[in-house]
Amino acid sequence: MRTADRVQQVPPSGIRRFFELAEEMDDVISLGVGEPDFSAPWAARSAAVHSLERGHTSYTANRGRRDLREAIADHVTRYDQEYDPDEEVLVTTGASEAVDLAMRALVNPGDAVAIQQPSYISYAPGVMFAGGEPLAVPARQENDFVLTYEDLDRAGAADAEALVLCYPNNPTGATASRTELAEIAEFVREHDLQVLADEIYAALTYDGDHASIATLPGMRERTVVFNGFSKAYAMTGMRLGYALGPADAVDAMNRIHQYTMLSAPTTSQYAAVEALRTCDDAVAEMRTQYNRRRRFVLSRFREMGLSCFEATGAFYAFPEAPYDDERFAEDLLEDQRVALVPGGVFGEGGDGHLRVSYATGMNDLKEAMNRIETFLDGQ
Amino acid sequence: MDEKRELLDLLLENARESTADLARQTELSEAAVEDRIDELESDGVVRGYQAVVDWDRTDRDHVEAEVELNVELDRETKYDDIAGRISKFSEVSSLKLISGDYDFAITVEGASMHEVSMFVSEQIAPIPEVTQTVTHFVMDTYKHRGIEFAGGDDDDRLSISP
Repeated sequence: MRTADRVQQVPPSGIRRFFELAEEMDDVISLGVGEPDFSAPWAARSAAVHSLERGHTSYTANRGRRDLREAIADHVTRYDQEYDPDEEVLVTTGASEAVDLAMRALVNPGDAVAIQQPSYISYAPGVMFAGGEPLAVPARQENDFVLTYEDLDRAGAADAEALVLCYPNNPTGATASRTELAEIAEFVREHDLQVLADEIYAALTYDGDHASIATLPGMRERTVVFNGFSKAYAMTGMRLGYALGPADAVDAMNRIHQYTMLSAPTTSQYAAVEALRTCDDAVAEMRTQYNRRRRFVLSRFREMGLSCFEATGAFYAFPEAPYDDERFAEDLLEDQRVALVPGGVFGEGGDGHLRVSYATGMNDLKEAMNRIETFLDGQ
Repeated sequence: MDEKRELLDLLLENARESTADLARQTELSEAAVEDRIDELESDGVVRGYQAVVDWDRTDRDHVEAEVELNVELDRETKYDDIAGRISKFSEVSSLKLISGDYDFAITVEGASMHEVSMFVSEQIAPIPEVTQTVTHFVMDTYKHRGIEFAGGDDDDRLSISP
């Protein structure tokens, strides 16, 4: 069939090739997984089962169940975010849908959209599907992968209509402090940009509480925040996220959502209400486990002499590859059966690095580190 | 971070964790880890390190019973005195004073139901303060010390994902 030009112009994801390589081999320990190794807290799963038993299998309101939107609005006050559950919260099919909706609702054809790099691989395609033009803005390791005013300026973001940010960051594990965000916010206000802030890893920070750019002066009215249940509550497969933003933006996003999705999965919404109501402890326990693994991985990299900045969020470390990241990742997979993702996949500034996910049990993590050490010793 | 509490949590999850790996996960030095654990042991907080065994997967016969004990106290005999005598038996693997309908809950382990029954009737029941025993044989163990005995969850995640 004749496929559309806007689809053809988007290259297939670079991560795909690695996936195929890793799938062909046996006995691979994968540190290439971008989702939790835990299952969703039992209380949340149980609530989903219970809702099915009671026959709650119909659509919900377009914006999501009201009790869920209220629970979300209440939940995010921990990040100093204040949103009206009726007007400013939209429940979506994963945060991914929210990102796509925001691109389509806020970006006009030809608009330049600045995207922090390295970052999750879906933003640039999202911009392109919306008819916009992605503009890469690389963050630098010397700044712990947090964008600066200068980075934005140098990349030409002043002419962009919007800026996509993701902290805590996939793939680097970087977090941004309020002070650091204030510098970005200054640029954004000065050049009248709108911000799409992906905060899906907000619950997973290890050096203090998550700071949201939407809570800085003059930012709320120009920012849409994405969050969800996938990472914090280990609910990736339940596909549930949400967007928070000014009423006009959320209304525009809902306009698309009501025609294309109708409503987010009902079963998952029941699970999510329970997750927000009772699962703080379960999230804290998972965070504790991730933090131990984070320290472990960073310690092992230090011992191996593998240079790595101090990642303080999400569940990724981002060490420097001793040589070309793609070749290194292939050689390591071939030689020691450890799968990592080459940093170049995540855009400009990612090359020369490796994304190491520590969303893996401690035993596998230990074995993987030993294998990497053996590989490096053999170089 | 409460260092001892953190080490306790780690040891509760895996008592075989090496000092080096404990150090890496806590960012303490190995010497500090050794010191804290020495303190935990000498203060009697950590009383021992044991394997969690699923006997059904061994070829050894192993029977376990939960036994309820009722006792009668008098001026000279306190719970501690009775507990002190019962806990001396190697067949008794746990002994707790509990609230409710009976006084002591004990776990008795042996090679057969006969052996366990004989032990209860010949060694426990005759103790003068013991007025009643009710023996419940364990038929299956699903979870012990926080570890589920049913097969582990398979990791069904994609090996690489963004």
